[in-house]
Amino acid sequence: MLKIKNLSAKVDGKTILKGINLEVKPGEVHAIMGPNGSGKSTLASVIAGHEDYEVIKGSMSYQGEDLSEMDPESRSHKGIFLSFQYPVEIPGVSVTNFVKTAINASRKAQGFDDMPANEMLKKIREKADLFDIDSRFLSRSLNEGFSGGEKKRNEIFQMAMIEPKLAVLDETDSGLDIDALKVVANGVNKFRNKDNAIIVITHYQRLLEYIVPDFVHVIFEGKTVKSGSKELAMDLESKGYDWIKEKN
Amino acid sequence: MKFQEKLLYSHIAFEELFDVSNPIHEKRLKALKVFEKKGFPSRKDEAWKYTSLNSLINRDYALFPKKETPIELKKVKKFFLYEIDTYKIIFIDGVYSPFLSDTTHDGLDVCLMSAALSKFKYRKIIERYFGNISDNKDSLTALNTSYTREGAYIYVPKNVVAEKPIEIIHFSTGKEQAIWLHPRNLIVLDTNSQAQIIERHQSLKSHEVVTNSVTEIFTNKDALLDYYKIQNDLTSSSLIDNTYISQEKNSTASVHTFSLGGKIVRNNLNFFHMGERINSTLKGITILDGDQHVDHYTLVKHSQPNCESFQEYKGIFSEKSKGVFNGKIFVESIAQKTNAFQQSNNLLLDDLATVNTKPQLEIFADDVKCSHGCTIGQLDNDALFYLRSRGVPKKEAKALLTYAFANNILDGVQLPIIKKRIKSLISKKLGVNLGFDL
Repeated sequence: MLKIKNLSAKVDGKTILKGINLEVKPGEVHAIMGPNGSGKSTLASVIAGHEDYEVIKGSMSYQGEDLSEMDPESRSHKGIFLSFQYPVEIPGVSVTNFVKTAINASRKAQGFDDMPANEMLKKIREKADLFDIDSRFLSRSLNEGFSGGEKKRNEIFQMAMIEPKLAVLDETDSGLDIDALKVVANGVNKFRNKDNAIIVITHYQRLLEYIVPDFVHVIFEGKTVKSGSKELAMDLESKGYDWIKEKN
Repeated sequence: MKFQEKLLYSHIAFEELFDVSNPIHEKRLKALKVFEKKGFPSRKDEAWKYTSLNSLINRDYALFPKKETPIELKKVKKFFLYEIDTYKIIFIDGVYSPFLSDTTHDGLDVCLMSAALSKFKYRKIIERYFGNISDNKDSLTALNTSYTREGAYIYVPKNVVAEKPIEIIHFSTGKEQAIWLHPRNLIVLDTNSQAQIIERHQSLKSHEVVTNSVTEIFTNKDALLDYYKIQNDLTSSSLIDNTYISQEKNSTASVHTFSLGGKIVRNNLNFFHMGERINSTLKGITILDGDQHVDHYTLVKHSQPNCESFQEYKGIFSEKSKGVFNGKIFVESIAQKTNAFQQSNNLLLDDLATVNTKPQLEIFADDVKCSHGCTIGQLDNDALFYLRSRGVPKKEAKALLTYAFANNILDGVQLPIIKKRIKSLISKKLGVNLGFDL
């Protein structure tokens, strides 16, 4: 589904990624871990197509298609989703209206008509229940005045609505208390199936107790330095990132 | 002959149309002398540094058409708040249209300036209020006064709440290829009365129209005024709006200005405080493209203690459009405990768009709270990326962010139908269909 080979990328003239390798197949959950500043969030932005980041070396393909020249909206239309670490506040646009806009934009790009209103409403209710989201929340302005936890929950709610093929969750656990974490993880697990794939980016092993990965990759100074099974996350937890830093 | 000279010569013929024994005859003549002496403002005048009228005044205009040009209701219905019941005072090329209007004398007067000026029963109000707050030393205001003939006259008596909003709409048909209009409005809200008023200037086809409008508003003790200016005219039309609001104690006046279209628009919006515990609100959204130019020139004169004023203007400028905001707050030494706030926030979406924003505070009292701020920025790339990564195309994503930027100005709009109308005008202006009503 996603193939990243020896990828380097820069932003504002500074090279952040210096050799990323990652292959994700349908049905798989990959965890990407690493210390602060190692390039995890940059990788997420590069996968989703942030135009401030420039790929300078290597390749990145999605479902056999080269991603390097594709704009972010087209990536979204083809099934790539990024859950943001810091979602943007949009005063005056409700969660419901935004989700409608996003879904119908994607349908339009694929040559379909807008989703019928009743179908949309039904889907919104169903997914909102899944994340313990009440209807008042849905009529609030997107992310405006949301707590950290509400923002993250809203991100995962949008993911569930958009139903991407490849979801990248960038530090979805940060700012969540343990109850919220469980709700979010539960939603992600329900979303998970044999046809889609998830990349979980996190600092801590904690989230991975709830969203169990098939593979774990460690990024350090812009490079994938270690890949392995979920046990690798346990090792990191007990030994700390210094263990990786010493080895490199 | 230059247009300025034509204005002076034509005045004799203009005055012959009226009863020269009318009390405002003298005011007209005096005002003409002011205009004769000062002429049109130029960029050498500090107040007109960023707005030049040269492109407007160096050509000829028709001045006062005598007859109404009828227009069909269905052609102009969309410019009315047709979803709700309103009073309407409608003018076509400066001439009153009884057919399109819906005036009243039942409980309050919503009628014509020409009637108010000529009928004896209005004389007391005219003598007390007409020309008494407008700046007669200002050349454009003086020009309007000298050519005062028609406009809206609204009088809301003591303790009366106008039950329907009042629409004042000036249409220009383009029958004259170039026309200069001088609408003059007088609005008096007597003690403890209330009114909601919507003002619009609209061309029906592309032609050179310049409207130099003067509106005098008096809110007496405890009165409440809610005023909306919808400026979404064609790019061939220009507007110089001179609005003067005089407030007595405990009164509240709010003016929202939505500037979405026009060639050159200048909004001179002036508030004067004549008593204590007055509240004044000035808010605006400006969204421009092409060569459009909008200049907001505001003045709040705090002359009494314990009053508040609140100004917030949001501007969004694309292509080669130009915006100006000059906000003057004057606090006299007696005006202790004044609370004055002013904010001008602007988005420049293209390299050639410009905005000049200038706060001007003159404070002579020592126990006051005055704050001001202005920002000029661009759309945030990360925010744009967020929306695009959810599948929203770039153009729509930009529109959503732009709308989000201006959105809070609509919070103070009391009439839901105005809110709806402005939102739909904004999405049209931004050229997007978001699949939902903003």
